[in-house]
Amino acid sequence: MSFFEVQHLVKYFGGLAAVNDVSFEVKQGEIFGLIGPNGSGKTTMFNMISSYHHPTSGGVFFKDREITGLKTYKICHLGVARTFQVVKPLGRMTVEDNVIAAAFSRVKSKHQARDVALEILDFCGLAHRKDVLAKSLSIGERKRLEITRAMATRPQLLLLDETAAGLNPAEVDQAIELIKKIRENGTTIIIVEHIMKVIMTISDRIHAINFGQTIAEGNPQEVANNKKVIEAYLGEEYAQD
Amino acid sequence: MRKVPALILLAVLLAFPLVVRDHYYQHLMILVLMWVVIGSGWNIIAGYTGQVSFGDAAFFGTGAYTAGLFASKLGISPWWGMVFGGVTAMAVAFPFGWITFRLRGAYFALATLALNEVMRHVATIWESLTDGMVGILIIQTFVSKVPYYYIALGLAVVSVLSIQIIMGSRWGYYFLSIREDQDAAESLGVDTHYYKMVSLNVAAFLTGMAGALFMNYMGFIDPEVVFSLHDISIMAILVGIVGGVGTIYGPVVGAFVMVAVHEFFRTGFFGFFKGLAAITGSDAINVFARYVSQAHVLGFGILVVLVILLLPNGIVGDWNKIVSKLSPFKK
Repeated sequence: MSFFEVQHLVKYFGGLAAVNDVSFEVKQGEIFGLIGPNGSGKTTMFNMISSYHHPTSGGVFFKDREITGLKTYKICHLGVARTFQVVKPLGRMTVEDNVIAAAFSRVKSKHQARDVALEILDFCGLAHRKDVLAKSLSIGERKRLEITRAMATRPQLLLLDETAAGLNPAEVDQAIELIKKIRENGTTIIIVEHIMKVIMTISDRIHAINFGQTIAEGNPQEVANNKKVIEAYLGEEYAQD
Repeated sequence: MRKVPALILLAVLLAFPLVVRDHYYQHLMILVLMWVVIGSGWNIIAGYTGQVSFGDAAFFGTGAYTAGLFASKLGISPWWGMVFGGVTAMAVAFPFGWITFRLRGAYFALATLALNEVMRHVATIWESLTDGMVGILIIQTFVSKVPYYYIALGLAVVSVLSIQIIMGSRWGYYFLSIREDQDAAESLGVDTHYYKMVSLNVAAFLTGMAGALFMNYMGFIDPEVVFSLHDISIMAILVGIVGGVGTIYGPVVGAFVMVAVHEFFRTGFFGFFKGLAAITGSDAINVFARYVSQAHVLGFGILVVLVILLLPNGIVGDWNKIVSKLSPFKK
């Protein structure tokens, strides 16, 4: 059985093919990197997986069940959580309340939800900021809150959309640590990232797309040396072998 | 500690009609308590869930007409309308929310405005059921105002308490997350459409009950009164905004202030202009006094501008700011 799979996903916005026939499979427990230059369709992929957009054609499968076109909240209940590239903190709620709201997706009572929230806040290293309003967090903390909130829904598969973008080098290292910790905890991760240090150090496998189409897939070393990938990032003249 | 002021307020309200025998002030207090209920209903959908309603009169009027028609058409006690008025208001809210919650922000607000007008026209035109502009007249149950006062107080306490309970529960967290960011809420497993429906229906139920209370208390309604855009729907918004959007006790404070302001204008600055006219014998002032008493909507507008400029979070929301401004011992 496959843990997670997308098959021949296509998404047209008007006449533009944002994603054109992309397929990949993710194994349970791995960190799967999704890379590509700006506008190559990475976030559109995430939006289709979490059902903010419905694919023009193709299917998304989670644990052998088709989840294409399900409501976004249902996909969360099934165990697929995501973070947003443009962070969406619940601004006028405290950090703790942000996480409690997410924890309610798994537990019924306020008491349990708070327990879950405190545990996850501690796990993600945001416990010291739990009583401040989410809108007063720094960008690094906001990115961390995105992950914390997603983790509070107890996902089996976590989609991280550029969680390291805009962070300073120390914060990037902390983010890498956190992502590794989440994987050790048994959560499978698909990560979209521009910062090569992040994607190359933590990914088990990487899938590269450009103009909405697959150009390479393999382990970080293979992808980094792939001619088409170098071409997409640096231009044709650098892609000599 | 936070419970102490609330309990003191409750004790004062319980003792009020026993101490103050004047019917006029008893009447005003009944209106205040009714507005606490309506304001709380508005607060839950607009203040906490972020779906601003300009059409609370649709639910208020539906509740009032339910109670009225029970008495006039079926000969059942209009007090049954207190329960069923809430239910029929929900029967209006349900299909309305189902369709319009696909709209976001200002578009939803415009839809509520339309609902208000639709319901007013239905009540006006459907004469075989509602007697149209003639309105509905029922015999009031009590001569004294005191029973109405305690019923209104009970309803107000129930609505404040139920909002307090809701906001401490999963519903409350979901309402707030919808207000803050619908996309984020969806990604956290919140069925936003469903929980917006829940919120709207709670609001409609409370507002419908307030409408039924109004019918029982006033004994007469017509479409212009209970489906009034400015006297009900806009007033509900003002109670919420003045008191403090998204605060438990905001509608309580807002109801006091707004009923007082409404009365201030209606009586021509508490009879100030009438008195002035009598002293000076000037007809012009008399005419002016009449205009002032009709200009309460204008007064409301000015008040809203002032509140938004000075106290954007309302009296309860900006309480600390008010205290520090008024405190004589400034640091």
